[in-house]
Amino acid sequence: MHEFFEGSVFFAVFLTLFSYCIGLAVQKKLKHIIFNPLLIAIIITAAVLLIFDFDYQTYKANSEVVSFLLTPATVCLAIPLYEQFELLKKNALAVLCGIASGILTCLCSVLIFALLFSLDHATYVTLLPKSITTAIGIGISNELGGYESITVASIILSGILGNIFAVPFCKIFRITNPIARGVAIGTSSHAIGTTKALEIGEIEGAMSSLSIVVAGLLTVIGAPVFANFI
Amino acid sequence: MKYIKQFAIITFISLIGECLNHLIPLPIPASIYGVVIMFICLETKIIPLDAVRDVGKFLVSIMQIMFIPATVGLIDIWDVFVPNWAAYTVIIIVSTFLVMFISGKATQLVIFLKGKGDKKNA
Repeated sequence: MHEFFEGSVFFAVFLTLFSYCIGLAVQKKLKHIIFNPLLIAIIITAAVLLIFDFDYQTYKANSEVVSFLLTPATVCLAIPLYEQFELLKKNALAVLCGIASGILTCLCSVLIFALLFSLDHATYVTLLPKSITTAIGIGISNELGGYESITVASIILSGILGNIFAVPFCKIFRITNPIARGVAIGTSSHAIGTTKALEIGEIEGAMSSLSIVVAGLLTVIGAPVFANFI
Repeated sequence: MKYIKQFAIITFISLIGECLNHLIPLPIPASIYGVVIMFICLETKIIPLDAVRDVGKFLVSIMQIMFIPATVGLIDIWDVFVPNWAAYTVIIIVSTFLVMFISGKATQLVIFLKGKGDKKNA
Protein backbone atom coordinates (compact mmCIF):
# COMPACT_ATOMS: atom_id res chain seq x y z
CA MET A 1 0.00 0.00 0.00
CA HIS A 2 2.85 2.35 0.93
CA GLU A 3 4.48 1.91 -2.45
CA PHE A 4 1.17 2.32 -4.22
CA PHE A 5 0.52 5.72 -2.65
CA GLU A 6 4.10 6.85 -3.03
CA GLY A 7 3.97 6.10 -6.75
CA SER A 8 0.53 7.52 -7.43
CA VAL A 9 0.28 10.74 -9.45
CA PHE A 10 -3.20 11.42 -8.13
CA PHE A 11 -2.03 11.01 -4.56
CA ALA A 12 0.75 13.57 -5.11
CA VAL A 13 -1.53 16.08 -6.81
CA PHE A 14 -4.35 15.53 -4.33
CA LEU A 15 -1.98 15.96 -1.39
CA THR A 16 -0.78 19.25 -2.87
CA LEU A 17 -4.27 20.63 -3.54
CA PHE A 18 -5.83 19.31 -0.34
CA SER A 19 -3.04 20.82 1.80
CA TYR A 20 -3.71 24.17 0.19
CA CYS A 21 -7.46 23.81 0.83
CA ILE A 22 -6.73 23.18 4.51
CA GLY A 23 -4.52 26.27 4.44
CA LEU A 24 -7.39 28.33 3.03
CA ALA A 25 -9.83 26.99 5.61
CA VAL A 26 -7.44 27.68 8.49
CA GLN A 27 -6.83 31.21 7.31
CA LYS A 28 -10.55 31.87 6.97
CA LYS A 29 -11.12 30.71 10.51
CA LEU A 30 -8.12 32.23 12.28
CA LYS A 31 -7.49 35.29 10.06
CA HIS A 32 -3.99 35.93 11.42
CA ILE A 33 -1.34 36.61 8.73
CA ILE A 34 0.90 33.87 10.02
CA PHE A 35 -1.75 31.33 8.92
CA ASN A 36 -0.75 31.82 5.32
CA PRO A 37 -2.40 29.21 3.04
CA LEU A 38 0.77 28.62 1.04
CA LEU A 39 2.87 28.20 4.18
CA ILE A 40 0.35 25.81 5.72
CA ALA A 41 0.14 23.80 2.50
CA ILE A 42 3.93 23.43 2.40
CA ILE A 43 4.12 22.36 6.03
CA ILE A 44 1.31 19.81 5.68
CA THR A 45 2.69 18.34 2.46
CA ALA A 46 6.20 18.12 3.93
CA ALA A 47 4.83 16.61 7.15
CA VAL A 48 2.89 13.92 5.28
CA LEU A 49 5.97 12.98 3.25
CA LEU A 50 8.15 12.79 6.36
CA ILE A 51 5.65 10.99 8.59
CA PHE A 52 4.80 8.30 6.03
CA ASP A 53 8.38 8.14 4.80
CA PHE A 54 7.51 8.97 1.20
CA ASP A 55 10.43 9.83 -1.06
CA TYR A 56 10.56 13.53 -2.00
CA GLN A 57 11.98 12.95 -5.48
CA THR A 58 9.10 10.59 -6.28
CA TYR A 59 6.57 13.11 -4.97
CA LYS A 60 8.23 15.84 -7.03
CA ALA A 61 8.07 13.77 -10.21
CA ASN A 62 4.44 12.81 -9.57
CA SER A 63 3.31 16.36 -8.83
CA GLU A 64 4.95 17.66 -11.99
CA VAL A 65 1.52 18.36 -13.53
CA VAL A 66 1.15 21.10 -10.94
CA SER A 67 4.57 22.73 -11.29
CA PHE A 68 4.57 22.32 -15.06
CA LEU A 69 1.90 25.04 -15.22
CA LEU A 70 4.28 27.59 -13.75
CA THR A 71 5.75 28.67 -17.10
CA PRO A 72 2.39 29.27 -18.84
CA ALA A 73 1.08 30.98 -15.67
CA THR A 74 4.08 33.31 -15.58
CA VAL A 75 3.54 34.06 -19.28
CA CYS A 76 -0.02 35.08 -18.36
CA LEU A 77 1.24 37.68 -15.90
CA ALA A 78 1.45 39.77 -19.08
CA ILE A 79 -2.36 40.12 -18.87
CA PRO A 80 -2.57 42.19 -15.64
CA LEU A 81 0.46 44.10 -16.87
CA TYR A 82 -1.25 44.87 -20.17
CA GLU A 83 -4.41 46.00 -18.39
CA GLN A 84 -2.45 48.51 -16.28
CA PHE A 85 -0.01 49.63 -18.97
CA GLU A 86 -1.28 53.22 -19.18
CA LEU A 87 -0.66 53.72 -15.47
CA LEU A 88 2.71 52.09 -15.80
CA LYS A 89 3.78 54.37 -18.65
CA LYS A 90 2.83 57.41 -16.59
CA ASN A 91 4.96 56.16 -13.69
CA ALA A 92 7.72 54.43 -15.65
CA LEU A 93 10.54 56.46 -14.08
CA ALA A 94 9.34 55.86 -10.52
CA VAL A 95 8.86 52.14 -11.14
CA LEU A 96 12.31 51.73 -12.71
CA CYS A 97 13.99 53.72 -9.91
CA GLY A 98 12.18 51.59 -7.34
CA ILE A 99 13.18 48.26 -8.87
CA ALA A 100 16.79 49.34 -9.54
CA SER A 101 17.27 50.64 -5.99
CA GLY A 102 15.74 47.43 -4.65
CA ILE A 103 18.11 45.18 -6.60
CA LEU A 104 21.11 47.32 -5.60
CA THR A 105 19.96 46.98 -1.98
CA CYS A 106 19.69 43.23 -2.36
CA LEU A 107 23.19 42.85 -3.82
CA CYS A 108 24.77 45.28 -1.31
CA SER A 109 23.07 43.73 1.72
CA VAL A 110 24.17 40.22 0.72
CA LEU A 111 27.72 41.54 0.24
CA ILE A 112 27.79 43.26 3.65
CA PHE A 113 26.39 40.24 5.49
CA ALA A 114 28.73 37.90 3.64
CA LEU A 115 31.66 40.02 4.89
CA LEU A 116 30.23 40.07 8.42
CA PHE A 117 29.77 36.29 8.51
CA SER A 118 33.02 35.84 6.55
CA LEU A 119 31.33 33.55 4.00
CA ASP A 120 33.38 32.01 1.21
CA HIS A 121 32.91 32.93 -2.44
CA ALA A 122 30.62 30.00 -3.28
CA THR A 123 28.23 30.67 -0.39
CA TYR A 124 28.24 34.39 -1.15
CA VAL A 125 27.32 34.04 -4.83
CA THR A 126 24.72 31.45 -3.89
CA LEU A 127 22.75 34.17 -2.12
CA LEU A 128 23.21 37.02 -4.61
CA PRO A 129 20.17 36.13 -6.74
CA LYS A 130 17.90 35.54 -3.73
CA SER A 131 15.19 38.05 -4.52
CA ILE A 132 14.50 37.14 -8.16
CA THR A 133 12.44 34.46 -9.84
CA THR A 134 13.75 30.89 -9.33
CA ALA A 135 14.57 30.00 -12.91
CA ILE A 136 16.79 33.06 -13.44
CA GLY A 137 18.29 32.66 -9.97
CA ILE A 138 19.37 29.08 -10.65
CA GLY A 139 21.03 30.17 -13.89
CA ILE A 140 23.00 32.95 -12.18
CA SER A 141 23.99 30.76 -9.24
CA ASN A 142 25.31 28.02 -11.56
CA GLU A 143 27.21 30.48 -13.69
CA LEU A 144 28.93 32.09 -10.71
CA GLY A 145 29.70 28.76 -9.02
CA GLY A 146 27.14 28.79 -6.20
CA TYR A 147 25.17 25.95 -4.59
CA GLU A 148 22.04 25.54 -6.67
CA SER A 149 19.82 23.94 -4.03
CA ILE A 150 20.59 26.66 -1.47
CA THR A 151 19.87 29.34 -4.05
CA VAL A 152 16.48 27.77 -4.70
CA ALA A 153 15.81 27.56 -0.96
CA SER A 154 16.77 31.20 -0.34
CA ILE A 155 14.64 32.36 -3.27
CA ILE A 156 11.62 30.42 -2.11
CA LEU A 157 12.00 31.53 1.50
CA SER A 158 12.29 35.17 0.40
CA GLY A 159 9.13 34.71 -1.64
CA ILE A 160 7.21 33.15 1.24
CA LEU A 161 8.35 35.89 3.63
CA GLY A 162 7.04 38.47 1.19
CA ASN A 163 3.82 36.56 0.66
CA ILE A 164 3.15 36.39 4.41
CA PHE A 165 4.36 39.78 5.61
CA ALA A 166 3.92 42.16 2.64
CA VAL A 167 0.57 43.54 3.78
CA PRO A 168 1.46 44.38 7.41
CA PHE A 169 4.95 45.50 6.38
CA CYS A 170 3.64 48.03 3.86
CA LYS A 171 1.16 49.27 6.44
CA ILE A 172 3.74 49.72 9.21
CA PHE A 173 6.25 51.48 6.97
CA ARG A 174 3.61 53.57 5.20
CA ILE A 175 4.13 52.22 1.71
CA THR A 176 0.61 53.24 0.75
CA ASN A 177 0.77 53.97 -2.97
CA PRO A 178 -0.48 50.88 -4.87
CA ILE A 179 2.26 51.26 -7.49
CA ALA A 180 4.95 51.44 -4.81
CA ARG A 181 3.46 48.45 -2.99
CA GLY A 182 3.49 46.36 -6.17
CA VAL A 183 7.11 47.27 -6.89
CA ALA A 184 8.13 46.56 -3.28
CA ILE A 185 6.51 43.12 -3.29
CA GLY A 186 7.67 42.06 -6.77
CA THR A 187 11.25 43.24 -6.29
CA SER A 188 11.72 41.62 -2.88
CA SER A 189 9.80 38.41 -3.36
CA HIS A 190 9.27 37.75 -7.10
CA ALA A 191 6.43 35.47 -8.26
CA ILE A 192 5.49 34.03 -4.85
CA GLY A 193 5.05 37.56 -3.52
CA THR A 194 3.26 38.57 -6.72
CA THR A 195 0.47 36.07 -6.07
CA LYS A 196 -0.19 38.06 -2.87
CA ALA A 197 0.06 41.37 -4.72
CA LEU A 198 -2.58 40.13 -7.18
CA GLU A 199 -4.89 39.47 -4.22
CA ILE A 200 -4.38 42.99 -2.84
CA GLY A 201 -5.31 44.74 -6.08
CA GLU A 202 -4.98 44.95 -9.85
CA ILE A 203 -2.43 47.75 -9.80
CA GLU A 204 -0.32 46.00 -7.16
CA GLY A 205 -0.47 42.77 -9.16
CA ALA A 206 0.54 44.41 -12.42
CA MET A 207 3.47 46.34 -10.91
CA SER A 208 4.64 43.28 -9.05
CA SER A 209 4.51 41.21 -12.27
CA LEU A 210 6.61 43.80 -14.06
CA SER A 211 9.09 43.86 -11.17
CA ILE A 212 9.75 40.13 -11.57
CA VAL A 213 10.93 40.66 -15.13
CA VAL A 214 12.92 43.86 -14.60
CA ALA A 215 14.46 42.75 -11.29
CA GLY A 216 15.45 39.43 -12.87
CA LEU A 217 17.17 41.12 -15.81
CA LEU A 218 18.93 43.70 -13.60
CA THR A 219 20.28 40.88 -11.44
CA VAL A 220 21.59 39.06 -14.51
CA ILE A 221 23.68 42.19 -15.13
CA GLY A 222 24.48 43.10 -11.51
CA ALA A 223 25.26 39.77 -9.85
CA PRO A 224 28.38 38.93 -11.97
CA VAL A 225 29.81 42.38 -11.08
CA PHE A 226 29.16 41.86 -7.36
CA ALA A 227 30.55 38.32 -7.56
CA ASN A 228 34.05 39.84 -7.98
CA PHE A 229 33.93 41.49 -4.55
CA ILE A 230 34.48 38.34 -2.45
CA MET B 1 -13.83 25.23 -27.38
CA LYS B 2 -12.67 28.71 -26.50
CA TYR B 3 -10.73 27.40 -23.51
CA ILE B 4 -8.78 24.98 -25.66
CA LYS B 5 -7.91 27.72 -28.10
CA GLN B 6 -6.80 30.03 -25.30
CA PHE B 7 -4.70 27.34 -23.69
CA ALA B 8 -3.17 26.52 -27.06
CA ILE B 9 -2.11 30.15 -27.57
CA ILE B 10 -0.60 30.35 -24.08
CA THR B 11 1.23 27.06 -24.58
CA PHE B 12 2.53 28.21 -27.95
CA ILE B 13 4.00 31.38 -26.43
CA SER B 14 5.58 29.29 -23.68
CA LEU B 15 7.07 27.14 -26.45
CA ILE B 16 8.56 30.18 -28.21
CA GLY B 17 10.01 31.19 -24.84
CA GLU B 18 11.51 27.73 -24.47
CA CYS B 19 13.07 27.96 -27.94
CA LEU B 20 14.66 31.32 -27.12
CA ASN B 21 15.95 29.94 -23.81
CA HIS B 22 17.47 27.07 -25.74
CA LEU B 23 19.05 29.26 -28.42
CA ILE B 24 20.29 32.24 -26.37
CA PRO B 25 23.12 31.43 -23.92
CA LEU B 26 21.82 33.63 -21.06
CA PRO B 27 20.38 32.49 -17.71
CA ILE B 28 16.94 33.77 -18.72
CA PRO B 29 14.16 31.18 -18.45
CA ALA B 30 11.40 30.43 -20.94
CA SER B 31 8.79 32.10 -18.75
CA ILE B 32 10.54 35.48 -18.82
CA TYR B 33 10.88 35.47 -22.62
CA GLY B 34 7.28 34.30 -22.73
CA VAL B 35 5.86 37.05 -20.55
CA VAL B 36 7.63 39.69 -22.67
CA ILE B 37 6.39 38.11 -25.92
CA MET B 38 2.84 37.80 -24.57
CA PHE B 39 2.91 41.43 -23.50
CA ILE B 40 4.15 42.62 -26.91
CA CYS B 41 1.50 40.51 -28.66
CA LEU B 42 -1.26 42.00 -26.48
CA GLU B 43 0.00 45.55 -26.86
CA THR B 44 0.29 45.29 -30.66
CA LYS B 45 -3.11 43.51 -30.78
CA ILE B 46 -1.58 40.51 -32.58
CA ILE B 47 -3.35 38.61 -29.80
CA PRO B 48 -6.58 40.27 -28.66
CA LEU B 49 -7.06 40.18 -24.88
CA ASP B 50 -10.21 38.04 -25.25
CA ALA B 51 -8.20 35.31 -26.97
CA VAL B 52 -6.26 34.50 -23.78
CA ARG B 53 -8.15 36.24 -20.97
CA ASP B 54 -10.17 33.45 -19.28
CA VAL B 55 -7.51 30.76 -19.19
CA GLY B 56 -4.84 33.37 -18.43
CA LYS B 57 -6.70 34.71 -15.42
CA PHE B 58 -7.42 31.17 -14.26
CA LEU B 59 -3.75 30.17 -14.42
CA VAL B 60 -2.67 33.32 -12.60
CA SER B 61 -5.27 32.78 -9.90
CA ILE B 62 -4.07 29.24 -9.10
CA MET B 63 -0.39 30.13 -9.32
CA GLN B 64 0.29 29.74 -5.59
CA ILE B 65 -0.16 25.96 -5.64
CA MET B 66 2.51 25.64 -8.33
CA PHE B 67 5.18 26.62 -5.79
CA ILE B 68 4.30 23.87 -3.31
CA PRO B 69 6.20 20.92 -4.87
CA ALA B 70 9.48 22.86 -5.21
CA THR B 71 9.26 24.34 -1.72
CA VAL B 72 8.62 21.00 -0.07
CA GLY B 73 12.07 20.15 -1.48
CA LEU B 74 13.52 22.07 1.45
CA ILE B 75 13.20 18.82 3.44
CA ASP B 76 15.72 17.26 1.06
CA ILE B 77 18.49 19.87 1.35
CA TRP B 78 18.38 20.15 5.13
CA ASP B 79 21.93 18.75 5.46
CA VAL B 80 23.44 21.42 3.21
CA PHE B 81 21.52 24.18 4.92
CA VAL B 82 22.50 23.39 8.52
CA PRO B 83 26.25 24.31 8.60
CA ASN B 84 25.59 27.96 7.69
CA TRP B 85 22.00 28.20 8.90
CA ALA B 86 22.48 31.36 10.99
CA ALA B 87 24.03 33.31 8.12
CA TYR B 88 21.39 32.12 5.68
CA THR B 89 18.51 32.95 8.00
CA VAL B 90 19.74 36.45 8.84
CA ILE B 91 20.58 37.30 5.23
CA ILE B 92 17.30 36.00 3.84
CA ILE B 93 15.12 37.79 6.40
CA VAL B 94 16.95 41.11 6.66
CA SER B 95 17.69 41.46 2.98
CA THR B 96 14.13 40.62 1.88
CA PHE B 97 12.61 43.28 4.13
CA LEU B 98 15.32 45.82 3.28
CA VAL B 99 14.63 45.35 -0.43
CA MET B 100 10.90 45.69 0.16
CA PHE B 101 11.42 48.88 2.18
CA ILE B 102 13.88 50.57 -0.18
CA SER B 103 12.12 49.70 -3.44
CA GLY B 104 8.72 50.72 -2.08
CA LYS B 105 9.96 53.98 -0.56
CA ALA B 106 12.04 54.87 -3.64
CA THR B 107 9.03 54.36 -5.93
CA GLN B 108 6.84 56.41 -3.65
CA LEU B 109 9.43 59.19 -3.41
CA VAL B 110 9.81 59.53 -7.19
CA ILE B 111 6.02 59.57 -7.65
CA PHE B 112 5.79 62.26 -4.98
CA LEU B 113 8.58 64.40 -6.45
CA LYS B 114 7.17 64.06 -9.95
CA GLY B 115 3.71 65.06 -8.72
CA LYS B 116 5.23 68.16 -7.15
CA GLY B 117 7.12 68.98 -10.34
CA ASP B 118 4.00 68.53 -12.47
CA LYS B 119 2.07 70.91 -10.22
CA LYS B 120 4.79 73.55 -10.51
CA ASN B 121 4.78 73.33 -14.30
CA ALA B 122 1.01 73.46 -14.57
